[in-house]
Amino acid sequence: MLDIFQTGFAGLTPGSVVMLVIGGALLYLGIAKKMEPLLLVPIGFAVILVNLPFGGLMETVVDGQVYDYYVIGGQPVGVLAKVFTFGLTWELIPVFIFLGLGAMTDFGPIIANPKTLLLGAGAQFGVFLALFLALLLGFSINEAASIGIIGGADGPTSIFLSNRLAPTFIGTIAVAAYTYMALVPIIQPPVIKLLTTKKERAIYMKPQLRPVSRTEKIVFPVMAAVIIILLVPLSAPLIGLFMLGNLLKESGVTERLAESAGGALINVLTILLGLSVGAFMSAQNFLRLDSLMVFGLGILAFAASTAFGILLAKLMNVFLKEKINPMIGAAGVSAVPMAARVVQKMGQQANPRNFLLMQAMGPNIAGVIGTATVAGIFLGALG
Amino acid sequence: MPQERVECPIPGKIISVSVSQGSVVKEGDELCLLESMKMENPILAPVGGTVTRIDLARGQAVEAGYLLAIIEY
Repeated sequence: MLDIFQTGFAGLTPGSVVMLVIGGALLYLGIAKKMEPLLLVPIGFAVILVNLPFGGLMETVVDGQVYDYYVIGGQPVGVLAKVFTFGLTWELIPVFIFLGLGAMTDFGPIIANPKTLLLGAGAQFGVFLALFLALLLGFSINEAASIGIIGGADGPTSIFLSNRLAPTFIGTIAVAAYTYMALVPIIQPPVIKLLTTKKERAIYMKPQLRPVSRTEKIVFPVMAAVIIILLVPLSAPLIGLFMLGNLLKESGVTERLAESAGGALINVLTILLGLSVGAFMSAQNFLRLDSLMVFGLGILAFAASTAFGILLAKLMNVFLKEKINPMIGAAGVSAVPMAARVVQKMGQQANPRNFLLMQAMGPNIAGVIGTATVAGIFLGALG
Repeated sequence: MPQERVECPIPGKIISVSVSQGSVVKEGDELCLLESMKMENPILAPVGGTVTRIDLARGQAVEAGYLLAIIEY
């Protein structure tokens, strides 16, 4: 209980002050640098709120003991603790965000050029590389899998997986995944330049993909859901809702539902996601050596995924008559459309005739499917 | 003089035009900005030369293959 005149000052600790600064930095990146503002602004503000003493937003009770930060497995009392429990621990938020993402996704580039599905798969090798490195550094296999998935650069999937396998890291992994998604234009170009020559980057690809019929667009999400879920059953929550969202968009008769899923619903969920992830980042949960290691491994995973995508594209070129620009392999990470945009920009720089956007969207969307599928494989093997 | 025809790579909307008829451009200069898939994409000059035709209005919707500009060099 607080006295009537008691303020929060007495409760400030060095840790909470550091977290207030981190919250401010996230706000700065979101607002001034316009990096993923839709996420970093609510996350950053929630970090500030939850690290102000005695607010009780994330209060949890474990065995009768009250904690003013979120304790996994505890009884949620604070209002944001409840949002966190119902939204993230119960997995409602990431799964329904996938419904909205599906409603915003155009599978046209993949259907027109199915080769690019391979590139989306290739980038997932980065996930496994980071997993092994994390194991070497002493993380448990469940934690290592959750850290590796950051390499897929897919926020909801990372949250979904770490909630099941390594719940203590959920906040760190979520923030790492979203930060790296925002940093795609900074992290990817040096990796791309290292692995390709200017001549390769200048390889011209016809911007025009073959037209895709409405029937193909309707059949694709249904078939993809059936095949992927038969192969990897535990990918069902993410892949299932992703494909349903896409069917709502493509069916032509559920426009209203698609509009809500890809608009109002995903916006509401983004607010709740940002708030609960940020609120999880109390000093007690975040300022730990292993959290910093998660950040380090995450960026490595992401760079490795970029690299594997490019290398696979170069390998494909050995066999392909009509060469592909190896950069589109870098778009095999799931940061849509940031990665495709990087490829588009660098392609134009190397050759002003190039317009790789549509070509890069194929692997980019395949990357989303790939990462969600790998998450399902991890859940099946470890969950 | 040889001509280079710049065609629109993907459907979209013109949001700004950076050159006018008679402008001298270098290879890689921006000709116009095309909004497509909620992104702003610059369309660049594939060769250096003189723009002899550019007939675009801001806000104009363009299809893939639409003739955006002609550059003589």
